[in-house]
Amino acid sequence: MSNISQIDQEKLIHEDGFNDHFHEHHDGDKYQMGFLTKYIFSMDHKMIAKQFLITGMVWAVIGALMSLVFRLQLGFPESDMAWLRPILGQWIVVNDAGVGTLSTEFYYALVTMHGTILVFFVLTAGLSGTFSNLLIPLQIGARDMASPFLNMLSYWFFFLAGIIMFISLFLSTGPFSGGWTAYPPLSLLPQASDGSKAGMTLWSISMVFFVVSVLLGGINYVTTVLNLRTKGMSMWRLPLTVWSFLITAIVGILSFPVLAAAFFLVICDRSLGTSFYLSEIFIGGQALDHVGGSAILYQHLFWFLGHPEVYIIILPTMGIVSEILSISSRKPIFGYKAMVMSLSAISFLSFIVWAHHMFMSGMNPFITNFFVIFTLIIAVPSAVKVFNWISTLYKGNIRFNSASLFAIGYVSLFISGGLTGIFLGNSTIDIQLHDTYFVVAHFHLVMGVAAFFGMFAGIYHWFPKMFGRFMNETVGKIHFWGTLIGAYMIFWPQHYLGIAGVPRRYYSFENFDAFSHFGTMNKVITIAAFFTFFLQVLFLINFFYSMYRGRKVTNPNPWGANTLEWTTPINPGHGNWDGNLPVVHRWPYDYSKDGEDHIPQIIPIQPGETVVHQ
Amino acid sequence: MSSTVVVQKSKIDPKFFTLLIACASIFMMFAGLTSAYVVRQAGGNWLEFTLPDSFTYSTIIIIISSVFLHFSYFSFNKGKEASYKIFLVVAFIMGLFFLVLQYYGWTQMENMGIMFNGNPSGSFVYVISAVHAAHVLGGIGALAMAMIHALSLDFFVNDKRRNRLKITVTYWHFVDILWIYLFLFFNVQR
Ligand code: HEM
Ligand SMILES: [Cu+2]
Repeated sequence: MSNISQIDQEKLIHEDGFNDHFHEHHDGDKYQMGFLTKYIFSMDHKMIAKQFLITGMVWAVIGALMSLVFRLQLGFPESDMAWLRPILGQWIVVNDAGVGTLSTEFYYALVTMHGTILVFFVLTAGLSGTFSNLLIPLQIGARDMASPFLNMLSYWFFFLAGIIMFISLFLSTGPFSGGWTAYPPLSLLPQASDGSKAGMTLWSISMVFFVVSVLLGGINYVTTVLNLRTKGMSMWRLPLTVWSFLITAIVGILSFPVLAAAFFLVICDRSLGTSFYLSEIFIGGQALDHVGGSAILYQHLFWFLGHPEVYIIILPTMGIVSEILSISSRKPIFGYKAMVMSLSAISFLSFIVWAHHMFMSGMNPFITNFFVIFTLIIAVPSAVKVFNWISTLYKGNIRFNSASLFAIGYVSLFISGGLTGIFLGNSTIDIQLHDTYFVVAHFHLVMGVAAFFGMFAGIYHWFPKMFGRFMNETVGKIHFWGTLIGAYMIFWPQHYLGIAGVPRRYYSFENFDAFSHFGTMNKVITIAAFFTFFLQVLFLINFFYSMYRGRKVTNPNPWGANTLEWTTPINPGHGNWDGNLPVVHRWPYDYSKDGEDHIPQIIPIQPGETVVHQ
Repeated sequence: MSSTVVVQKSKIDPKFFTLLIACASIFMMFAGLTSAYVVRQAGGNWLEFTLPDSFTYSTIIIIISSVFLHFSYFSFNKGKEASYKIFLVVAFIMGLFFLVLQYYGWTQMENMGIMFNGNPSGSFVYVISAVHAAHVLGGIGALAMAMIHALSLDFFVNDKRRNRLKITVTYWHFVDILWIYLFLFFNVQR
């Protein structure tokens, strides 16, 4: 076989490709002429991906800054916060001596907003929105999404949801403060908490728009993957990234409408006087009009989405990491079909384990057993994935760059956080651990930090495709090592706090003798949080600097990867491929095969080649 | 604005496929609402009442409307202009009539003393049927568009028009079947 790196991809696609007469229709290009249609109301999937990414980054910064403020309170409860008054205004209460403290109301608001923003705006919209949009059409060989218009709407609904949430931060009664899960009755009763006044109204409206955005996006992703694959791209030749985006979108389409249903009932209870979730309650000595509602009902509806939602966050990064690990170890992904099967199994199981968040809600213990078993079964497909990632790396010719380091770090975090899930999944152990810092440590490692690592890996890896330039590798590696150490320093100690019973979401532990010896630990965690945040600033600088000044990409396939996005021009225009569409002849993981370093998907099967995989 | 020209690999039209997924998604929302109903009902303190008979009539009306709409679609495919238009208009009017009957059903419930903000058993019926009615309203909008097209454009059959009509018809059947499901559900889950 001739040397693959010598092959002129453009020529090959010209000869072997598939003519869809794209460039005979000029209406395709028309809508990108002006500034407004190119950068703002764009319908090009690559631009929409960038919009999701940048918006997600803005939210990530806001959400992270919030966590710094409440970490300051937890680590240094007696410190003077008067210097924050110019930013936080009335939320810093300054006493006669001039010492400022964080208002308790606002502490809860910060925790709530941090959770809402990171879970929904950053790790759902920012992550799926970015990579599904960027990679689905490019990797399946499509000109664009099935419906570019719906795709644009999806972004703008997300934007609208964001604006409404942002406005709620400036209300005089403050944003919603009842936790990201918004459990009733607290979230329904304005008398109960300031955050449940206008803050909760805006929160629920924003979330409904957000659901619309996710659904529009998801419907589009599924249609595109199933209908617009190029010639030769059978389902079993899809890169694992596309598989993970497809499965994520299906999970979203089935679970988010239930959340919308839950929120409709919230809105009815709040504004129209119904009693779906509110039972006979006395508040401030007054009996409410409501009778017969059930607060637990909300928890069922919420977690029926809520648990699949955490997988909506993690599944896309599983695909991204699989792809990057294979490329950077120059080996085919280990167990391709097992990867797809385990993605599907995890998704299926994710619909029947929701009540493991409700073990302590007074549920019937017999029903609890059912959820314990299914929860623990999820460990099996998860372990399959971890095993396959490690086997992919094993004896690989690993290239250590920022992208692959983050992908490897991801595997570490996923193991650390996943193992604690098995503790929590046992309803008896959960009696001690529920609502403690152990849960906080669990989900931050397995979902929060791991998903961020997957996202960083993806950004470093596909930055050249997005902007035609590389990010700085040295800064990238500093970013990786610092973040890895910092994140473990923040969340590892929290396991000990949790085992000792320290409850989450508390403003202060000064009145608890039992927890007084954790003061130093909390200080360390806070310092680690500031350190980690500083490294993310470094990342942001690297990102924006490289966008304009980074080293230019000269080789259309800089990583020596097999997937189709690297067969487009370095800066692909509208429609992605200039002439014909590429035709696919093989699966995407032919690395180090038959003496070739890599064989892109567009290369026909050569005479005498061993075909190990269709 | 015309959308991007995309390669179409499979025979099923992407727009039609999009609609099918959207229907699945909408169905999940109603599955969520009806499961909430079941869970809440099992919790006791549940007022039992018979559904207003207006809902029975509306069920019949929306089924007939679906049948007429399908006649219209058949006629369109066969190139029978007149019956295509007539059946379309009839289906549209019956769709409006459905909404009127739903509204009448709500007033009947109120007269029975089943208030929107009373016992959750009643609130559920109000909310679920109202959310359904909102989806029917979307269908009415689609039918109105189809009618404007039918009455204002010169009649001829091509793939693009057939597809557009097919999408409208399918959505209408979907909200119809959805209501049948809800109607049966309300009657069985007493
Ligand atoms: C082996 C797999 C896993 C098991 C057995 C597991 C089990 C659990 C259990 C039982 C809880 C409830 C703890 C409590 O509130 O007392 C929990 C909380 C949580 N888990 Fe997992 N988990 C697993 C993996 C994951 C993954 C992969 C993610 C996300 C990507 C995740 C995200 C979360 C979140 C966000 C919470 C906390 C929600 C909250 O209360 O705010 N878990 N997990
Ligand atoms: Cu869960």
